[in-house]
Amino acid sequence: MTAYLFLLPALVLLATFTFYPVIFGTALSLFEYNVISPPRFVGAANFRQMVADRYFWIALGNSVKYLAVVPVLQGCAILLALWVHRSARGIGWLRAAYYLPVVTSIVVVGIVWRWLYDDAGLINFVLLRLGLARGPIHWLASPGVALYAVMFVTLWKGLGYYMAIYLVGLEAIPPGYAEAAAIDGAGALQRLWRVTLPLLRPSILLAATLPATYTMFYYMFDQAFGALHMGYAAALGVVLAVVTIGLSIASFRLLREGGLSYY
Amino acid sequence: MRSGNPRLRQVAAAAQYAGLGVLAVGTTFPFVWLFATSLRSTGTVVSFPPVLIPHPPTLANYAGVWATMPLARFFANTVYITGVGILLTVVVSAMAGYPLARMRFPGRDVIFYAIVGSLMLPQHVGLILNFVTLMRLHMVDTYAAVYLPSAASVFGIFLLRQAYLTIPAEIEDAARIDGAGEFRLWGQIMLPLVAPALATLAIIEFSGYWNSFLWPLIVLKSPEKFPLAVGLLYLSGLFAYNTRYIAAGAVLMTLPTIAVFLALQRYFLRGITIGAVK
Repeated sequence: MTAYLFLLPALVLLATFTFYPVIFGTALSLFEYNVISPPRFVGAANFRQMVADRYFWIALGNSVKYLAVVPVLQGCAILLALWVHRSARGIGWLRAAYYLPVVTSIVVVGIVWRWLYDDAGLINFVLLRLGLARGPIHWLASPGVALYAVMFVTLWKGLGYYMAIYLVGLEAIPPGYAEAAAIDGAGALQRLWRVTLPLLRPSILLAATLPATYTMFYYMFDQAFGALHMGYAAALGVVLAVVTIGLSIASFRLLREGGLSYY
Repeated sequence: MRSGNPRLRQVAAAAQYAGLGVLAVGTTFPFVWLFATSLRSTGTVVSFPPVLIPHPPTLANYAGVWATMPLARFFANTVYITGVGILLTVVVSAMAGYPLARMRFPGRDVIFYAIVGSLMLPQHVGLILNFVTLMRLHMVDTYAAVYLPSAASVFGIFLLRQAYLTIPAEIEDAARIDGAGEFRLWGQIMLPLVAPALATLAIIEFSGYWNSFLWPLIVLKSPEKFPLAVGLLYLSGLFAYNTRYIAAGAVLMTLPTIAVFLALQRYFLRGITIGAVK
């Protein structure tokens, strides 16, 4: 009995703000609902509307393109973790420096990078001075560049977080493994590829399940709270969830199949 | 480890350090630049050439932004939301993690897997309904609407469960022999033993609550209840021309998180460690 008392606050909160909204939100995708009048059942109409919605496809396309940042981010984070996985003077400060963007508000990050990317901003200034660009690059205004510019900020903000995850993974690997491989004549690159990376795989799995699909996410928010198309937004959310979960499963399988199998 | 020319090795080590140093400049430079901008007396942030050392430095932007915006109010709101949010999350997690780790009761595994499995649910869909729920409860535009939906943290419950699991059974047995009841055992014996995990959770939740922005923007309507993050966004729209003011506001918002992080960085990394244990 006491056990349930201990669990009560958590279960009430989770039921109200996690389980209930997810279940009914999924159901809401079959309704038309604008908060003011009661929900009206419309069947698959929201999903049919989505197929015809140009902005849905743009948002989905950008989300999928944006996901390309995930493997890049993971690769960079692993390299960085390998690099700072040493005891040397000042290494703690370096790690802290890489982690700083992680604890910074997204609002502040947005403000600073918008200035950095400005036509008259620092990045363009440096590029022009070095003669690498003929005129200012419209980082955030030109459609072909903007997504990559935003992806770079994601990389900048997330690098420290994933570095920390991989660092923890690296610290859990007994040094004997790499030493044994070295005695057997494995070179540095071989040790990395055949010993360290396979042993890091649980950490990679952990990190790869957190893909970011912001463009879809913001479109959904805009529909829900800007246009008050709650049912349509719920349908967008369901598709977003299916895409996210699908890609997570795909990355799981990819990682499990490529490499050793003792996990 | 490797044999080879010692001179070459020194050069390689120096090159590695240089690379790490350049990267550190890359991750910290925007903060330095933001700070420099906030101390400038003239011009805008987007000026040719960029100014890194303002002369003379001035605190006028801080005074100015403090006078034009209810920053003290935003600051107090943020402190309140963050404080209550952390307290609730820590208490709820400390309670829920305990029976999941150390008690036997029907449905324990089902409850545990339901809690952990909720991470796989389409959370974004939930956000829409949470707004409707809070509206029905007449809680839109209250502070509670900001922190209540995230008060039960799956990560927190998991973290605390792991911490309780590491406590040796002998300690529990000894306390029971001394006649301690279940609540006394928890409050007086177990809680102090998981204090490091509680601290870790509190610190991780700190930056989450302090920086939370999208959700407060949705559920708060009156500006006098805005936290700093929302206020800052408002500020950047209002003073788009006065980037020095915005920079000052951004510095004021960022300083507490950087201070907390630098003071307690050991705990940050440990939180991720425990979170990473599958």
